[in-house]
Amino acid sequence: MLVVACIKQVPDTTQVKIDPVTNTLVREGIPFIMNPFDTHALEEALRLKDRFGVRVAAVSMGPPNAEMTLRKALSLGADEVVLLSDRAFGGADTLATSMVLAEAVKRLAEKDELALVICGKQTIDGDTAQVGPGIAMRLNLVPLTLVDRIVDLDLAAKTIVVSRKLEARHEIVQSKLPALLTVVREINKPRYPSVPMRLEAQDLPVQLWDNKVMNLDVNKIGLKGSPTAVRKIFSPEREQGEIIGDGMKDPEGTAKLLVEKLVQKELLAL
Amino acid sequence: MTPNSKIFAIVFVAAVLLFIWSCVRRFSLVTIGKPEDRFDNFPARIRDTFLYAFCQKRVLQKPFGINHFVLFWSFMVLLLANIEFVLKGLHHSLSFMLLPAFIHNPIYFLFDLFSLFALVCVIVAGVRRVVAPPYPEAITLDAYVILSMIALLMIAYFNLHGVELAVGEISALMPISAWVGRTFYAGIDLESAHSFINFWWWLHAIVFLVFLNYLPYSKHMHILSSIPNCYFRRFGKANTLPTETFVKGAKFGVETVDQYTWKDLFDSYSCTECGRCQMVCPASNTGKPLNPRKVIHDLKVNLLANGPIIKEGGKPTLPLIGNNGEGSITEDEIWSCTTCGACMEVCPVFIEQMPKILQLRRYLVEMKATFPEELLNLFENMEQRSNPWGIAPTERTKWCSQLNVKPFDASCEYLLYVGCAGAFDSRNKQVTVALAHILDAAGVSYGILGKEELCCGDSLRRLGNEFVFDRMARENVKLFKEKGVKKIITLCPHCFSTLANDYRQYGFEGEVVHHADLIDSLIKQGRLKLKKKVDAGRVVFHDSCYLGRHNDIYESPRSVISQATGKAPIEMDRNRAESFCCGAGGGRMWKEEHLGTRINLERVGEALTKNPDTICVTCPYCMTMFDDGLKDKNADKVMVKDIAEVVAEALQ
Repeated sequence: MLVVACIKQVPDTTQVKIDPVTNTLVREGIPFIMNPFDTHALEEALRLKDRFGVRVAAVSMGPPNAEMTLRKALSLGADEVVLLSDRAFGGADTLATSMVLAEAVKRLAEKDELALVICGKQTIDGDTAQVGPGIAMRLNLVPLTLVDRIVDLDLAAKTIVVSRKLEARHEIVQSKLPALLTVVREINKPRYPSVPMRLEAQDLPVQLWDNKVMNLDVNKIGLKGSPTAVRKIFSPEREQGEIIGDGMKDPEGTAKLLVEKLVQKELLAL
Repeated sequence: MTPNSKIFAIVFVAAVLLFIWSCVRRFSLVTIGKPEDRFDNFPARIRDTFLYAFCQKRVLQKPFGINHFVLFWSFMVLLLANIEFVLKGLHHSLSFMLLPAFIHNPIYFLFDLFSLFALVCVIVAGVRRVVAPPYPEAITLDAYVILSMIALLMIAYFNLHGVELAVGEISALMPISAWVGRTFYAGIDLESAHSFINFWWWLHAIVFLVFLNYLPYSKHMHILSSIPNCYFRRFGKANTLPTETFVKGAKFGVETVDQYTWKDLFDSYSCTECGRCQMVCPASNTGKPLNPRKVIHDLKVNLLANGPIIKEGGKPTLPLIGNNGEGSITEDEIWSCTTCGACMEVCPVFIEQMPKILQLRRYLVEMKATFPEELLNLFENMEQRSNPWGIAPTERTKWCSQLNVKPFDASCEYLLYVGCAGAFDSRNKQVTVALAHILDAAGVSYGILGKEELCCGDSLRRLGNEFVFDRMARENVKLFKEKGVKKIITLCPHCFSTLANDYRQYGFEGEVVHHADLIDSLIKQGRLKLKKKVDAGRVVFHDSCYLGRHNDIYESPRSVISQATGKAPIEMDRNRAESFCCGAGGGRMWKEEHLGTRINLERVGEALTKNPDTICVTCPYCMTMFDDGLKDKNADKVMVKDIAEVVAEALQ
């Protein structure tokens, strides 16, 4: 059985600034990391490997330097990693991205029966949360989004029960396999690679699948296959806050002021 | 008179052979350890063996050490007496009597006197164990067996010579034996005298030989091993652990006892369980499971259990790390160490407890990737953003946004290595600003690396994450070389120690100075002129472990405080080399303190007994721990200040 984890290398957004002229992210000199949500997706796949002995493949679409992130996946225990990299894939929106990733999952599933595809709920650079469900739709998998726990997995009966973390409630749902999960941070604590695993991973192959391998219609991938156009990116202006009272000298009076303000703004009802 | 020489010869040879066999069997287990060169520095080793083994310098640092000192020298003198005893037992003519009277008289007098000393010492030691034991578990059967045997030897000695003197068998200046003779054996007939002599002689001989054979199997093995252990002491920095080579198939850290060096294993044989390490250990003192004495004891038990199996090529049966009781060290123990080095500072025989713990951490982190979960964030942040908090490197210059601090270039004499706390921690940023003012006032030429600065990796190394530390150290040394850095000022004793000691292993040869030393010398050279005496009230000074114990810098911060305030700081009860850790070293800064009470509260409590207005520190970690501790103790009217802040005030 195969579990595919989709991971993306993203710029460390705590360090990213937006270029006001081009509306793009200023990526120069910014270190790249594995998308934090995807570390949880990979971890969940690796836990299934530990429990059920499934084969774990990690797949990523990105520039050639994304190899580094895939090597990290190897050092954590992924059995096979694939880098989808080609100029033709570049500039893709979520529609085109999910196309390439879905085709890659199909190829991976040729040798082994697919049980699950696991994605992070979203990436921290694009924040769309669309690629996971997009892959599911293209592959006709059941999309189970925002999963914070796999309650039960029966590979023989091909069923899965998961808990979905929704606003103010949880939803426990059952589905047939194969399915696609997008996971939230609460699902697990990612592991840390041991040194022998890291050293091992340095020499393991990262498969490069470009469009010669994938052989996809260039009009459906990359910039050409992306109907989305970015008009403008900006950080929303936030109103400057105000400092009320003096908490050090008059904590009680200040607390009273705060409560009054909150009531005024209907954020608190007395 | 001498009892049957032939029987004694047989008993003696058998006992000595047994003793040698025991020693070879036990000491040969040390050879399963890895090689380590402790044979250099011959003159210094001889000097320190004399100073610490024979003059017992460290033993005498505690008042009760005098008892051990006297017992030790009694043993040295009585070693001669016992050699004579054996020789005389083998052949009646072999004794000091062969020497002229002006030599043998003083010798016998000394033997008599030192036998009394030894007897008094063991009685005192025995009583102490009942009345005021050094620690509760010190009352062991082992201890009493040994003390009783020594006492019995002395009693036999006095009685034997007492009878001999009473009946005129010998005549020598032995006042104590003579008194015993007069008191118990006055006027006895020759026949019963001979039976008494026979009895006491054989009792002495048997106790002596039993004692000899008991040694290798008891904690009193230290009689054999502690002198060599002093000889083989470490001269370098103990917490600058050896580097590792990261190649496939290699093992990292210590999982099994044979992965330690022979000296680590020999250490375990040299411990007499005096308990001094546990009395100064911040973990042991705050109810945490770690006890450095126990770690060394467990190592010994583990070596004795697994050593013979490993020697035969087998697999160890008793895990070194785990919850298997005696002989195993638990993960909670391993993670409790603050690497403060207090245990090594007090050990009379130079046992190195802390590096052994760090080797176990290396195994857990590097081979198993198991560690307290809080550390995962730290490790990831270090790898991704080269600082413990995971703050964007671009924020490294925020502390000086209002100042005119220039980037380091070839024209700068010093690199001001700000460090992560000095750059990101809001309280410690004020210290950095204060230091910048001082450097400007003294006209020191310096620059900073700004967002290019990387973490020194101290916490990683102390937490056993050598793989990532190794990478960071290489990157830093490369960066220093590229920028042409020759001299570095650090604000943090941990950065200081890492750059000054650990980075030597990576080829960094530059001069590293902590701001305490630098400010002190700037004042003394007259380059830094203080405009006023700062009124900081009662100032208590806290020694940082990494400045003090690990780098022997004790006086400069005190001198700086004296210059800036006009008064010498008030000393805490535990100060200088005896200083008590704030609780944040060894990567403990980034870990919760779930077990026992909080170390910083213990230290803050100690400081508060001095009724301070200001507590002066030299370390960002100490700053945080004291700040937190004072809040918890509702004593936040007491200020915590870095010495640089006090000096900066004196400039206004």
